[in-house]
Amino acid sequence: MAELEAVIGLEIHVQLATKTKMFCGCELSFGDEPNVHTCPVCLAHPGVLPVPNEQAIRYALQIGAALNCEIAPRSIFHRKNYFYPDSPKAYQISQYDIPICGAGRLGDVRIHRAHLEEDAAKMIHVGESGRIHGSGASLVDFNRGGTPLVEIVTEPDLRDAAEAAQWARLLRETIRQLGVSDVNMEEGSLRVDANVSVRPAGSEELGTKTELKNMNSFRFLQRGVEAELARQRELVESGGTVEQETLHFDPASGSLTSLRSKEEAHDYRYFPEPDLVPLVPSEEQLREARESLPELPVARIARYQEMGLAYDVALTLATDPRTAGYFENVVEAGEGIEPRVLANWVTGELAAALRQAEVDGGAADSRISPPDLAKLVRLVQEKKISHGSGKKVLAAMVKGGGDPEKIVEREGLAQMSDSGELEAIVEKAMADNPDAVEKIREGNNKAIGAIVGAVMRETKGRADGGEVNRLIQEKL
Amino acid sequence: MIERDQVLHVARLARLSLSEEEVETMVGELSGILEHVDRIGNLDLEGVEPTSHVIALENVLRPDEPRPSLPPDVALAPAPEPQDGAFRVPSPQAE
Repeated sequence: MAELEAVIGLEIHVQLATKTKMFCGCELSFGDEPNVHTCPVCLAHPGVLPVPNEQAIRYALQIGAALNCEIAPRSIFHRKNYFYPDSPKAYQISQYDIPICGAGRLGDVRIHRAHLEEDAAKMIHVGESGRIHGSGASLVDFNRGGTPLVEIVTEPDLRDAAEAAQWARLLRETIRQLGVSDVNMEEGSLRVDANVSVRPAGSEELGTKTELKNMNSFRFLQRGVEAELARQRELVESGGTVEQETLHFDPASGSLTSLRSKEEAHDYRYFPEPDLVPLVPSEEQLREARESLPELPVARIARYQEMGLAYDVALTLATDPRTAGYFENVVEAGEGIEPRVLANWVTGELAAALRQAEVDGGAADSRISPPDLAKLVRLVQEKKISHGSGKKVLAAMVKGGGDPEKIVEREGLAQMSDSGELEAIVEKAMADNPDAVEKIREGNNKAIGAIVGAVMRETKGRADGGEVNRLIQEKL
Repeated sequence: MIERDQVLHVARLARLSLSEEEVETMVGELSGILEHVDRIGNLDLEGVEPTSHVIALENVLRPDEPRPSLPPDVALAPAPEPQDGAFRVPSPQAE
């Protein structure tokens, strides 16, 4: 049998960070007492009329611009009909055949569409009431009901679980930097569902898919998709067939359980919402959406890679615009030093030093000015101080800021330039560690660490590691 | 032409309980509606935009400004079984 290939698409619900709900003026909130943000519109009292929130439309257009979507010149709302206590109208206002945002792309993944809709209310299941067996009850809180959502649907372009999780992170970061949502997965302001199927590698046809819900972190998304792919592969390889179904991921056990839904549950009988008139974005609105975009992660990653940064470092910076801004100031001050080296100091040594000192905030909030960091890196690059001493200076700078050259002077960290003095220390270290010397002679190069360590202790880190290595080899 | 099973299916989706007589009536009425739509479908509609709305309005929006919500006790007043500030309902799983 041909090898099976995974085919994954994602559906992402993004709660928009507007002040008020999608179709009424009730305030959005999280964690308030139940039912303190309701009105006749979001409780679906008879005779009320929904009116769309213009800020939600603006945010949807910004998301569309960021994902390079075609914007529909005219889009309409539909009613999606279903009975469930989280939806008091017995329908959700959504978009169906003409969504506000059509085909687009983010990175390597094509976007199928992105549409506006309203969120459902929150339900808490309270179990048996005690009187009649099996008579469970639920408590409904309508604070969340009617929150504006943009649902983003990708094409099935992802090929494994890790790739899906990584792309979802990129999407979240993109939305976060747009400033249109809190994108907090634990609080549910970003929710990711995955459509998963397998097919013989090379086939163009799609296999039967299952839909995975409730993965409220990227780690769970990856684990859930991995588990489902393993299940489908085993099933298909043993001659079985995948049934189309919705699976609920249980983070505690890591298992997937089928939500048995009646066949007609997906028969939503969409029809145009007669209470809402079409959305026709003006040229000005479209231009405003495009012009409001900051430099987004995908563009930043590409620019940093062109500057010579490794992908991981570029990604780290692209997901943290303030640190990225700091890095760019360091690059400007550090003319002549490779940006790659400076980026490693910003995301590596400096980040570690800030963590070590338990300083809140990132590089941009630290006491180290970009020119001072550039100066420090230059001292290391020009071998005026060792890399180890550089880290010591950095630790001192994290605490009190200041000119690295003065700190080097004050702490006596300048690299040992007297090679005679260093030679003597190396000789002593070798004499003190005969076992290590013997091992190196036998070809165990790791043993050299013991001697280098002894030299560094003796010189308080002022020796150049490369030079110490050279001397040891010379004296063997 | 609508079949009896389709009427029952749509009735179930809409949570409607129909008597045998009503099912018969609906088979006739729904079929009549579909026949009418078929007749429209046979017209030459070249160049006619599909109509989703009958009023010539676009972009009726409101600014994103909070308005007072109902006091919770008022919101919950019509609820037959309020509990802990919430609307208590039969668990949908029990259905």
